[in-house]
Amino acid sequence: MSSMASPAAGSAIGRPVAGAIPGVVAVNTFREAVRDRILYNLIFFALVMMGAAILVGQISIGIERLVIINLGLSAISIFGLIMAIFIGVSLVSKEIEKRTLYSLLSKPIRRWEFLLGRYTGLLLTLVVNTSLMTVGLAGALLYVSRHFERGDASILLAVYFILLQLALVTAIALFFSCFSTPVLSTLYTIGIYVAGVFANDIHAIGQFTRNPAMEAVTRVIYYLLPNFHNFNIIAVASHGEAVPFSLIWQNTIYAALYVAVVLIAAAAAFSRRNLK
Amino acid sequence: MVAAPVLFAAIAMLQVRIDAQTRSAAQQKEELVLSSGPMLQKISLGYDSLLADIYWTRAVQYYGGKLHDLSRDYSLLPGLLDITTTLDPHLLVAYRFGAIFLSEPPPGGAGRVDLAIKLEERGIKANPDAWDLDANRGFLYYWHLKDYAKASAAYLDAAKNPKAPTMMRMMAARITERGGDLDTSMAIWAQYFTSSKDPRVLKTARDHIEGLQALKDERAIDALSQQYYASFGKYPTSTKELRDAGMLNGIPLDPTGLPYIIGSDGKSGLDPTSSVIVEIPPKLPNEK
Amino acid sequence: MTIPAIEIEGLTKDYATGFWRKRMRRSLDNLTLLVEEGEVFGFLGPNGAGKTTTIKLLMGLIFPTAGTARIRGQSIEDVRMHREIGFLPEQPYFYDYLTARELLDYYARFFGYSTGERRERVNRFLEQVGLASAGDTQLRKFSKGMLQRAGIAQAILHDPQVIFLDEPMSGLDPVGRREVRDIILALKQQGRTVFFSTHILSDAEMLCDRVAVLVGGKLRGVGAPGDIVSMEIQGMEILFEASHAEALPRSFAGRATQIGGRFRIEVPEAELYDSLERLRGCGARILSVTPIRPTLEDYFFGLVDHGKTDRLPEEVTVR
Repeated sequence: MSSMASPAAGSAIGRPVAGAIPGVVAVNTFREAVRDRILYNLIFFALVMMGAAILVGQISIGIERLVIINLGLSAISIFGLIMAIFIGVSLVSKEIEKRTLYSLLSKPIRRWEFLLGRYTGLLLTLVVNTSLMTVGLAGALLYVSRHFERGDASILLAVYFILLQLALVTAIALFFSCFSTPVLSTLYTIGIYVAGVFANDIHAIGQFTRNPAMEAVTRVIYYLLPNFHNFNIIAVASHGEAVPFSLIWQNTIYAALYVAVVLIAAAAAFSRRNLK
Repeated sequence: MVAAPVLFAAIAMLQVRIDAQTRSAAQQKEELVLSSGPMLQKISLGYDSLLADIYWTRAVQYYGGKLHDLSRDYSLLPGLLDITTTLDPHLLVAYRFGAIFLSEPPPGGAGRVDLAIKLEERGIKANPDAWDLDANRGFLYYWHLKDYAKASAAYLDAAKNPKAPTMMRMMAARITERGGDLDTSMAIWAQYFTSSKDPRVLKTARDHIEGLQALKDERAIDALSQQYYASFGKYPTSTKELRDAGMLNGIPLDPTGLPYIIGSDGKSGLDPTSSVIVEIPPKLPNEK
Repeated sequence: MTIPAIEIEGLTKDYATGFWRKRMRRSLDNLTLLVEEGEVFGFLGPNGAGKTTTIKLLMGLIFPTAGTARIRGQSIEDVRMHREIGFLPEQPYFYDYLTARELLDYYARFFGYSTGERRERVNRFLEQVGLASAGDTQLRKFSKGMLQRAGIAQAILHDPQVIFLDEPMSGLDPVGRREVRDIILALKQQGRTVFFSTHILSDAEMLCDRVAVLVGGKLRGVGAPGDIVSMEIQGMEILFEASHAEALPRSFAGRATQIGGRFRIEVPEAELYDSLERLRGCGARILSVTPIRPTLEDYFFGLVDHGKTDRLPEEVTVR
């Protein structure tokens, strides 16, 4: 008497191929960001870069390239962080708040698939945003010096490291989004970011006190915190210096592992949460 | 509707009044609110190279402003350069700028040779490949401190870098042999002329070279003046008389194109309208 | 023996309340319920009775303190079960930056359809709920009724066997309510099970095969609508016009309420014809005669007052 729809060919339980579900959520998250007009900061950024390029040439003789690269990479980093934090902390809480999650979770989707999709979607947005800004930076550089130099390859590496940082920060923001309000999540995430920047100093302070208990505590904190200092090669890039290959793969693996840990924690926090 | 623009005009006029009153007060006190380089580095949260560029810009504008006002107070310049190079130890332009403008006496600079030398030393430490910073040290020891032994040693340090031109070694030798000699001094300043692109540095170098040239010319004219006295029993009143007496081929001109004058005591000098600043001659080791 | 559409056993939900989260509030108490396949089942109760809590538990949005539930034999803990259910939340909110078509397409992607099949489905269901012309309008521009229709479309576009609707009529105008009623009936025609919650008795009366009544988190009764609420007429309401109040018989005058030139009076059923005669005799013009039925509130207050639970037929079969 019932007329069941035939499941899609090749998936007996009526679900897409394994791993496709997070992708579906990711694409939608990306679309949400685009339509949210947040990406219009790109235009603003391009204008700022061009303007800065012109101004800079008049102030700093002989170091126009240096200043443009410093300014450009710093801006890419800051814009990226702002996006990662402010969108990241509402990745989950917004869906709970607006109750769009009610209808979504009634579909055959696991909670961790939803989280992974939201994370990947924001990461995709950040990658696109950052890439376009890097093109803007390259344009400003060309405008000022009319050619690229060999050392400029470090700029691409600096951008890659910035993206690794953003991947970390996004994961942390998502984690807090699973159980906290956007305001508190923002504070926590910024707090961890700042602490992560100072991770080396925290470690050094512990060693400085020569108190074994303090040393042990600060060492634990040091290893727990994400160490953002590792990823900062803006000065290296602006001076056109080389980056050792070992740093590249070490940073990549560090970021990947840390992100994995945070996402697993987020999935655990979220999987048994009662939605209001 | 009409009231709004009128009110705003009144507010603007009031603001001008207030600004005029506070301006004189502000001019008294200039400070670097944050003067610790390492602390600023922490505060910058990883954006220290950008902050370095900002402080560099501040340093340049500070210097330019003081120079424009012909001020003798450059007290903030060492601090600004110190912060800049702490935030970005590889910012070579800052070291090069500091070498000249920390050491030049006011109103051309801060007049702090000691700090300039310290700055170059820090620069070498962070940038072992920057041989020109060693050359700067050599310049500072030679020109300002008249320490020819240390000057020569510094130029030798510069020469150790395979990228340094052979002139470094030659300079070291020359100072050892003839330190204090006018030609040596001119050669040292000429080195800046060939290596710097900074127009301020170029101008300073040119001024010094012209001053040294003038000094050289005056000494030559003084010698001729004595010869004239020996021959004619009186001093010449102008270089024309020297030429007429066959001692000069033509009328010697100072680097700006004005002829030298001869005073009643037979000593030559610059035309009063000349803009050249004659250097006080550096003392040779065997001079009184 | 067919598998029941919905089996709920001892489902309980406590919430921690108070500043220190120490006190427990039991919003659902030991619910046991069975819904057969093909039924249109109404879940009745006043606001705050626990109806939405029950549905959220079944959907996996919240987790039970105790008890279990199965839908078509599959535990509610199993996400694969969601293939066979559709859900329309109360006052639904969807991604307002999407168009209706994009929304349905998005949800359809979770079911593994091919691109062509997905497109065909989206079009078919847009049309079925009457949104074909608004398919490419952004949801933020939709009226409440249109949103509700979009919500129904997303609930059924994957042909689920069991459909859950939480207060589907709330906030709709009469046309909208009629449309929802028609859709529910159409689903029943297709043999699907429809489980919907409401606090409006008349909707339940009209549509449901059976209803359950929830008050204060507890199940108070299950059965066909007519059996639940006494259909006993409590009285008759007469609306009439009279030139002036003095003309009315004295026994009426005190009991009638007046609005403008109209009067309203309630009389016991047995006295209906007698009262009508007397009114006509006074020159009053009869406007309408309507039976007074108990409302849900009356019913609930009756429960509280007289403890009538033992009177109600319980049709729950516990396995």
